Amino acid sequence: MAQTKRAAERPLSPHLGIYRMQITMLMSIVHRITGGALYVGTLLLAAWLIAAAMGERQFALVNQLFGHPLGKFVLLGYTWAVLHHMLGGMRHLLWDTGRALQPRSADMLAWLTILGSLALTAAVWVVGLSLRGGL
Amino acid sequence: MGSLRTPLAKVRGLGSAKEGTDHFWKQRLTAVANIFLVGFLIVLLIRFAGADHATVKHALAKPQNAIALLVLVLSGVIHMRLGMQTIIEDYVHSEGRKVVALMLNSFFAILIGITCVFAVLKLSFGA
Ligand code: HEM
Repeated sequence: MAQTKRAAERPLSPHLGIYRMQITMLMSIVHRITGGALYVGTLLLAAWLIAAAMGERQFALVNQLFGHPLGKFVLLGYTWAVLHHMLGGMRHLLWDTGRALQPRSADMLAWLTILGSLALTAAVWVVGLSLRGGL
Repeated sequence: MGSLRTPLAKVRGLGSAKEGTDHFWKQRLTAVANIFLVGFLIVLLIRFAGADHATVKHALAKPQNAIALLVLVLSGVIHMRLGMQTIIEDYVHSEGRKVVALMLNSFFAILIGITCVFAVLKLSFGA
């Protein structure tokens, strides 16, 4: 039937697999990943607070875990995640007002998000470490 | 073709989930609050990460710090629960598993929230 043939020739909407990776797309994915990581990361804040409430011994234990090189690495990751997600979120809030949705400005904001989050993370850790004299 | 939606449904504007823009709006409200609260959290952590028990207790005993932390936790857990709900709805398609995941999401958010609030209040009221 002619009908079926025409249907077969209709253009399909492009599937995910054929898209070239773009910075806006990557930052959208990263916003979701950092959101999910922060979700799990609230356990860190909860552990710190509840240990402090439980007593000196428990607090010392959590401090020791966070102070371990691996713990520090996790905290560094958490810092970056929260800062990246914050900047990405501010981008969303700007978009919600109908602004900066053109490809050029969206690309620029995406770059600002990733570069800004890296710069802010470095700044936070440099200040933090220099306040307590080294790693 | 004319719309199949009744005039009443249009006026209410609540959509099929009957929640209207509630989810979107709360996600945005808490997002704005989180910008300030995350700023506070980072300052707090720069100053007190690795500090000893007495110092942290003393810091959290100050009402302004305790109140800011309580607001942070409240806004944070509402925001993260809504955010995770979106993620679950996007990826979990089987109805049964979705309902279970959404329940666990609420339990996790409430448990984290209550734990943090309890800890801050206990410290603040002089544990
Ligand atoms: C620092 C301030 C923050 C801002 C400005 C912010 C902003 C946002 C915004 C606007 C969204 C919605 C994105 C969309 O509609 O696609 C979102 C999603 C989300 N946020 Fe946040 N957020 C912040 C902090 C946090 C924190 C602390 C957590 C976790 C504890 C978190 C967890 C999430 C999650 C899980 C999502 C869902 C991600 C997705 O749907 O892809 N956010 N955030």
